[in-house]
Amino acid sequence: MTTQTVLAAAGGVTGGEQITFWILAPLALIGAIGTVWARNAVHSALWLVLTMLCLGVFYVLQSGPFIGMVQIIVYTGAIMMLFLFVLMLVGRDASDSLIETLRGQRIAAIVLGLGFGALLATGMWRALGQADAAGLEQANANGNVQGIAALLFTKYVFAFEITSALLITAAVGAMVLAHVERRRQDRMDQVATMKARFRPGNYPGPKPGPGVYATSSSVATPARLPDGGLTERSVPQILPQRELTDEDRALKGTEK
Amino acid sequence: MKLVYLAQDPTLADFGKDPWWLVLIKIVGAFVFAVLATLLGVWFERRVVARMAQRPGLNQIGPFGLLQTLADGIKMAFKEDILPKSADKVVYFFAPTISTICAVTALSVVPFGPMVSIFGERTPLQVTDVSVAVLVLLACSSMGVYGIVLGGWASGSTYPLLGGLRSSAQMISYEVAMGLSIVAVFMTAGTMSTSGIVSAQADGTRLNFFGLFDLPAPGWYAILLLPSFIIFFISTVGETNRAPFDLPEAESELVAGFMTEYSSLKFALFMLSEYVAMVTMSAVTTTLFLGGWRAPWPITLWDGANSGWWPLLWFMGKVIGLVFIFIWLRGTLPRLRYDQFMRLGWKVLLPINLVWILVLAGIRTLQKEDLGDSTRYSIIAGAVLVVLLVTLLWPSKKRPPQRTLQEKVNRRPAGSFPLPPMDLQVPPSPRMKRAVAEREPANVGAGQPGDAGTGHDEKEV
Repeated sequence: MTTQTVLAAAGGVTGGEQITFWILAPLALIGAIGTVWARNAVHSALWLVLTMLCLGVFYVLQSGPFIGMVQIIVYTGAIMMLFLFVLMLVGRDASDSLIETLRGQRIAAIVLGLGFGALLATGMWRALGQADAAGLEQANANGNVQGIAALLFTKYVFAFEITSALLITAAVGAMVLAHVERRRQDRMDQVATMKARFRPGNYPGPKPGPGVYATSSSVATPARLPDGGLTERSVPQILPQRELTDEDRALKGTEK
Repeated sequence: MKLVYLAQDPTLADFGKDPWWLVLIKIVGAFVFAVLATLLGVWFERRVVARMAQRPGLNQIGPFGLLQTLADGIKMAFKEDILPKSADKVVYFFAPTISTICAVTALSVVPFGPMVSIFGERTPLQVTDVSVAVLVLLACSSMGVYGIVLGGWASGSTYPLLGGLRSSAQMISYEVAMGLSIVAVFMTAGTMSTSGIVSAQADGTRLNFFGLFDLPAPGWYAILLLPSFIIFFISTVGETNRAPFDLPEAESELVAGFMTEYSSLKFALFMLSEYVAMVTMSAVTTTLFLGGWRAPWPITLWDGANSGWWPLLWFMGKVIGLVFIFIWLRGTLPRLRYDQFMRLGWKVLLPINLVWILVLAGIRTLQKEDLGDSTRYSIIAGAVLVVLLVTLLWPSKKRPPQRTLQEKVNRRPAGSFPLPPMDLQVPPSPRMKRAVAEREPANVGAGQPGDAGTGHDEKEV
């Protein structure tokens, strides 16, 4: 058992824990406010990462090292990374517009939010202010991880399995919604693409240059295919087909 | 003797008792190790890759070119620090520091050695250890990717953004495989603290083969948990963005990926974090699978091999060996295409790992539970039967009938692209002959001393 576990189990708040709390609690709050305040979505996500990291450290402080680390690995490391992935795809300049659609909405939201926070804080304080942590010693008796594992796979195994089933259902549902059904034979793999390319009526290669295998170097001379036939596609379409007029053919008076 | 031997093994209770100056020494020591590992790591990599490419490699500055990386670092510091106009300035500034801090922090829970005496204090050769130390390592590596992703995003340019996106997807994919390999270690060691895992690999359990004979199993998890070891090492290569998995900075596709816009010290920090991450991951692999600081077999015949400061030497040897493998991979394998890389992670490493953990859990249950012999053997027989059935009934791929070239030509529908006749004889070009006749033979002897210049004269005569 680590020193911290022992100290936390004793019920007292030690100096180190207090100092850590008073450093990280404002940071967590700043992160939370920044999440709402930031106009850029990626900045918002980064502020949320800060709050989550602080929460992870709080869990560790309260002798839940496993949940603290999992908070950092799973939430901060993986889930926020997925968020960032999507936000980065959205684009850099996608900022919120600050135009209020409802008049006085922002003031009302701030007042209501502060009121709700104060209500929650006082309620929690009155309920838990005098309570001492109990049972931590027993819970962590065989080690924190072992304690969680024992509960998770005995008492709460049903809830745990149902949660995982829910998550898998959600993931499969999202995949079904986003997946475009294409039957196996319709899918164009490399072989199918090649076959389509060489199907009759489709010209597989780059167009032959004009004058290939020809006796004339004129761009108007069609190229020859491998079997000797002429291909009209080699002659540029934009070449005007013109005949010389009599005026063109007439002597210009420049010859001697 | 046995007591002294046991006392070498630090337990969780031995941590958190150091005086403040000792803590400071350990932290500074770990940091200096990280920086030195980068300086020497770059040198080592360039020398080894050069040898693999039949070149001499660094040999100009300092003995064996050892000071080349230092000179490069100083040069990098004095270069102009460019801040792109479209960059997100704050995030752009902080991204390299996030990478570096996370890479160095991971070293704090790596055990470098057993209990040693530093200025009269007996202390474990490890900055600190907690009951979830391996998770701290995972957290550090997953947070370190933020540096790369944010650096790519904040650069405000397309190639870095693509590099950052690739990096985030890569990290999520390979962290899963990595975490599952560590699960096997947890199950076998019964602890998550790094020092505990090292001491759990001290001596192997005795394997009992159906009561027929006793065999001392090897202690290293690399041997006991071979599939986990291989998958873990592959995932560390993916996690540290090293070749052949260096897709976030694939220079043939993305210029330099996430660090395209970075220059000067910020670039140096990214470089530092990459090499520190490589060394840290080697150290973690050593700790989890290669017995940590414990001496390998022939050395253990000597009694003092695992006490005092000697283990630091064995530890460094193993780490350098793993770093060499990292470099070897880079020198040997071509970079994977992105979809191949993802397929490897999700469709190969992950399923193998899951099946392996299931098998391992079965083995552990068979070993631990007080099963009757008949039950045990019937379970084993059932497992063998299932494996046999699966192998027998696995659907085999239908092979298309083999056709000759002429048959293939005949099967083509009418109107297909015209082919030249199959028995076409191309006459030799008259121009080819002339070109061959006029070319001089290669001047082979020109480089050798003594007959330089004589080659030409002979030909002209």
